[in-house]
Amino acid sequence: MLNVVQLSCERDDRLLFSNLSFQLGSGEILQIEGRNGAGKTSLLRIIAGFSSSLSGGIFWNDQPLSKVYADFRLDCFFLGHKPGLKPDLTPLENLVWRARLANTIINREVLLSALDRVQLAGYEDIPCSHLSSGQLRRVTFAGLIASPARLWILDEPFTAIDIEGVSWLERLFDEHTHRGGMVLVTSHQPLNDRRGKLRKLNLERFAEERIADGNRGEDV
Amino acid sequence: MAIGGKMSNVDQPSMRGFSACLALIRRDLTLTFRSPGQAINPMVFFLMVATLFPLGIAPDREVLSELAAGVIWIGALLAVLLSLDSLFKSDQDDGALDQLLMSPHPLPLLVLAKVFSHWLTSGFCLTLMAPLLAIMLHLPSEAFYPLMITLLLGTPVLSLAGAIGSALTVRVQRGGVLLTLLALPLYIPVLIFATGAVSAAMQNMPYTGHILWLAVFLILGICLAPLAIAGALRVINE
Repeated sequence: MLNVVQLSCERDDRLLFSNLSFQLGSGEILQIEGRNGAGKTSLLRIIAGFSSSLSGGIFWNDQPLSKVYADFRLDCFFLGHKPGLKPDLTPLENLVWRARLANTIINREVLLSALDRVQLAGYEDIPCSHLSSGQLRRVTFAGLIASPARLWILDEPFTAIDIEGVSWLERLFDEHTHRGGMVLVTSHQPLNDRRGKLRKLNLERFAEERIADGNRGEDV
Repeated sequence: MAIGGKMSNVDQPSMRGFSACLALIRRDLTLTFRSPGQAINPMVFFLMVATLFPLGIAPDREVLSELAAGVIWIGALLAVLLSLDSLFKSDQDDGALDQLLMSPHPLPLLVLAKVFSHWLTSGFCLTLMAPLLAIMLHLPSEAFYPLMITLLLGTPVLSLAGAIGSALTVRVQRGGVLLTLLALPLYIPVLIFATGAVSAAMQNMPYTGHILWLAVFLILGICLAPLAIAGALRVINE
């Protein structure tokens, strides 16, 4: 379980949000909302551990995140703005190296059936540079299906996805949370809450329009 | 929630860091074979230097054999610099770097794998080309083995030290000049000891000391550079 306590984030001398606390337990979906530039991506990147300079605490299974990074990363799937696929490699090759980096056991059959589920069957040997941006997203979703990670951190996953794909992804979230997984997602799109497990967090509530004057003690 | 806490303890899979490194090396080599332009560029540059030098100085056997080792080494050094710009930048551009940073495996290990595949496609190929250039530039035969040994020991150091600069400039658009400024000071000792070994061999003097110094640089590089590269990547990507 993920526990965020009194988190503040400062970017270019601007306080994006402060005193942000939330918990994400097994089987829950948390949708981060907020206008452009509210700090949604910054928040996800802080939680994913890209940024170590922060005020506040992040706990993974009741341990400080900085102590259990390896455990956390074994159990976490991060999808950023850019899909993280090599254009010269085929979807299958891309899924293989990504899975190996994430310490996942590779099984060609599993990956092929995952590609089939994202409607990319037959595309496994075509270089990713030939795929559309929506299809590239789908390749990363195939990685998501094949991944054993319990925590999904997804930054704007609905970008470039067609209407049918959106409802498909929502069902995938439901399946994942039904198995006890956790989803942390940023999106401007209203999500369907079929299982009553969806919570929303608007970052603007934690924003303060003032210049951080270096006196960080006040903010925490 | 309690079940969630238990799951991650029970299902703790064994870490396959070595397999991740192999996958990374395989990926980078496949990429190089699919679009070889990036890798061929430095090699053509290397060949150009050796071809143009006799035209620019003098096609004189005496003069050339005196300069050969230096020309080959400077050519190799600049060719490696040329190839370093894209080492981490291509990963940064398509988001693959995030996956690298999110890996549960130790980042220094993974960047070492990346630097190794970079060396295979740059420094190692340049070393394989060196005999041809040595003949073109009339390198004396007694200097041939020291040249090859210094290239084999020295070019990995160039890749390792250059990768630090490449990691630091990963966010800089057109960071080539900055990368050169960062990497060159680290390259100078390698160049001095490498050409020193070859000129000692040409004067029939022992050159083992120079070679050992290069080996020291290589061992230091393998031990310390991955830590610096990993640190730089983490800081730059905050």
